[in-house]
Amino acid sequence: MKRIFFRNKFLPYLLIAPQMVVTIIFFLWPAGEAVLQSFQREDAFGLHTTWVGLANYRALFQDPAYIYSLQVTVVFTIGVTALALISALLLALAVDRTTKAGSTYTTLLVWPYAVAPAVVGVLWWFLFNPTIGLMPYLLSLVGYHWDHALKGDDAMILVIISAAWPQVSYNFLFFVAGLKSIPASMREAAAIDGAGPVKRFFTITLPLLSPTTFFLVVVNFVYAMFATFPVIDATTQGGPADATNILVYKVYQDGFVGLNLGSSAAQSVVLLAIVIVLTVIQFRFIERRIEY
Amino acid sequence: MVENRPILNILAHLVLILGVLVVAFPIYIAFIASTHGPTDFLSGLIPLTPGHDTWHTYMTMLTTGMQTSGMPPLSLQMMNSLIMALTIAIGKISISIISAYAIVYFRFPFRNLAFWLIFITLMLPVEVRILPTYKVVADLGMLDTYAGLTIPLIASATATFLFRQVFLTIPDELMEAARIDGAGPMKFFWDILLPMSRNNIAALFVILFIYGWNQYLWPLLITTDASHYTIVMGIKRMADVADSQPQWNYIMATAILAMLPPVLVVIFMQKLFVKGLIETEK
Amino acid sequence: MAAITLEAVGKSYAGGVKVVHSIDLAIEDGEFVVLVGPSGCGKSTLLRMVAGLETVTEGQISIGGRMVNEVEPAERDIAMVFQNYALYPHMTVRQNLAYGLKNRKMAKDEITRRVDEAAQILEIGAFLDRKPRALSGGQRQRVAMGRAIVREPAAFLFDEPLSNLDAKLRVQMRGEIKQLQARLGTTSIYVTHDQLEAMTLAHRLVVLNGGRIEQVGTPLEVYRKPASTFVAAFIGSPAMNLLEARAEGGVAHVGGGRVPLEAAVSGTVTLGLRPEDVRPVDAGTDGAFVLKLAYVEELGAQKLVHGTVEGHKFACALPSDALLGDELHLVPEPGAAHGFDAQSGKRLG
Repeated sequence: MKRIFFRNKFLPYLLIAPQMVVTIIFFLWPAGEAVLQSFQREDAFGLHTTWVGLANYRALFQDPAYIYSLQVTVVFTIGVTALALISALLLALAVDRTTKAGSTYTTLLVWPYAVAPAVVGVLWWFLFNPTIGLMPYLLSLVGYHWDHALKGDDAMILVIISAAWPQVSYNFLFFVAGLKSIPASMREAAAIDGAGPVKRFFTITLPLLSPTTFFLVVVNFVYAMFATFPVIDATTQGGPADATNILVYKVYQDGFVGLNLGSSAAQSVVLLAIVIVLTVIQFRFIERRIEY
Repeated sequence: MVENRPILNILAHLVLILGVLVVAFPIYIAFIASTHGPTDFLSGLIPLTPGHDTWHTYMTMLTTGMQTSGMPPLSLQMMNSLIMALTIAIGKISISIISAYAIVYFRFPFRNLAFWLIFITLMLPVEVRILPTYKVVADLGMLDTYAGLTIPLIASATATFLFRQVFLTIPDELMEAARIDGAGPMKFFWDILLPMSRNNIAALFVILFIYGWNQYLWPLLITTDASHYTIVMGIKRMADVADSQPQWNYIMATAILAMLPPVLVVIFMQKLFVKGLIETEK
Repeated sequence: MAAITLEAVGKSYAGGVKVVHSIDLAIEDGEFVVLVGPSGCGKSTLLRMVAGLETVTEGQISIGGRMVNEVEPAERDIAMVFQNYALYPHMTVRQNLAYGLKNRKMAKDEITRRVDEAAQILEIGAFLDRKPRALSGGQRQRVAMGRAIVREPAAFLFDEPLSNLDAKLRVQMRGEIKQLQARLGTTSIYVTHDQLEAMTLAHRLVVLNGGRIEQVGTPLEVYRKPASTFVAAFIGSPAMNLLEARAEGGVAHVGGGRVPLEAAVSGTVTLGLRPEDVRPVDAGTDGAFVLKLAYVEELGAQKLVHGTVEGHKFACALPSDALLGDELHLVPEPGAAHGFDAQSGKRLG
């Protein structure tokens, strides 16, 4: 809050109007519509809508396909977050150890973040292509027959790798910043107290890094749950047999392909609730980060 | 570094080199694939060394596109992507900076309401409200237009909060000095606030350019007419050719061209990119 | 150049908190007035009301005979120097100086002339093309003053302009501000919490406490005849000794001695004696009071002796060669004792 401010009756409204117009028309209005539709059912011709209360939600949570999609989302989200965080932390620790070459490595490691998720999907799809891809060929040498078009587990591994790949760069940058903010004196004191590098990592570095880690866990959850649509669409399209059909992909499929408006709206509202919970967690965390 | 342990240093370099290789490997393979002629893929394994069709492949894609799947030339798609990325970046920055200015430097009725409405948009990613938003855009007749591609994406709570944060750190005395120097609200904004936020604007621009260029789901829904295709969504349409073997060399050339602009931006403006990334999360 | 008058000026905030109470003050054309007081006494608020940066909720402020309560800061013909300088960080020194003039649509030649003149006066010509971040604290301070000078305003308003400088530079800049004001003859209001700065700079001091004026006067008036115990304790360093004493017919009895007061009062009074206004005498001297020594601070030219008189803390400044025992017998210099009402703290006589 500024102590002092301009006095002007109309100017502030004029300044804030564009943002308000876009927000209301393209954010609040559709979101309200989704909430409304989730309580309604439309007939086959789109002529009548009837008020059905919680029926859409009840149907949703009794639908084995939706429950399955929830499970798939959990596995996928945890897989992407774990893979992206652990690889990024390893790289960040390594960069933190190198004195001279650090910035060169950083440059070589950050650019995947700029590659569109859809393009990332296409790249890995190509690498793992069962007929021509390099990875299936290498795997066949050790006796594994890779086929993500038929095997659900293979498909899940493919989408997790593809989705984690650009996110490693993002996490890496934040871990590097986090490590830099730990005073060297702290680690030096631990070394004088007789703690070796491994012990120091677990007793000093990791605990002091926990605000960054916690923040990144939330951000990666949000990323994996909502921003990975292009990756799924470019690689497996939710298949085989819904093995990689995560919630955001299912909303799209049921809404645009299946044209089941009521169910799609109810799914949107469920996703909305998840985003709200994650956002609240993130903001409460930011408050804590300040005092840390 | 606390103590000198050569083995740990070597290990650190090994981890990093491995990381760089994993990062570069898919791109290398994609580039190699784009340099080969279509027949080179019939042998059953991706070639690992460059071929001789580079010029031909890229020129074909840039100038004529792929007729079989109704793909316009990539130059057109890249132009569409550029228009989309620039409009989104400039649009988002413009409307965010002026609304942040209103919220920080003025007191007016409904100020808090406006602030909360903007805050709520944080919780409404496009993936969540995809169908009703599509319907609104369709009802407004904005399908297959640049306006439809960009305007729904230019409201951004993140950018507004970033500028709010920047403005809050600017000392009050600067505004008081400007008032004594005879600057009104708009003059203060142009002469003082805008130049002082230059670095933040540039950093945000880098992030938003990448964001805009990489949009996939939205253009996929909004454009049915090939003349409005963007390259990132176009690549998917191309890979989707039913019942025939994908034309790997063309697809990979497209992938390379689709990632080139944002990757170059990150490499050449790394400082701004890192600043923008870390700031937008505050 | 202009006179500034404040008539019954008050300020209260929305919650009903009153920070300035009915201030009356007439500042003459060309006068250098310092508002001094502890933090939270309302001095900055008062200055900012004169500048137009705070609304005036009661009373009237006039500059050069014109009522300015509702006038925009830019239209008041004033210039202000801020504590943190408030230089525009993205502009060069030259642009900083010229910005206010440009906004007034002044002719280019005139702007150049004024900027060059100010730069010469303040000796900042060498870094006119640098940005503020490339300057030292003292140089920034000069630029901030330059920005005020080029405007050739009716009044300068200084808001603790030296408090961000180190002690040595502060003394130097203090002298420069004094000379500058004498040379330009521009009416100035200067806010500070530093009593020494206030004493050295002011033509007239305004001592503020709790949003009210405690005393207005020249530095010597305020020093010699503080109107209250608050002023007595605030002005002068080391601070005046204040002790409870019983008075009879204008003589205060303390520490076994007798101290004559100006007014013929009886009963309990607060006796004020400046450390430099007492003199050691031989034991048994008529009227002398006894100081029990605690510790001594050597200041070079003199020594500061701390102790107690009848259990009250008491300090006195003595020549550096003074001989000390466990006790000192002291008498006040003639006419140097101050008497204050024990309840209200107001000066007696």
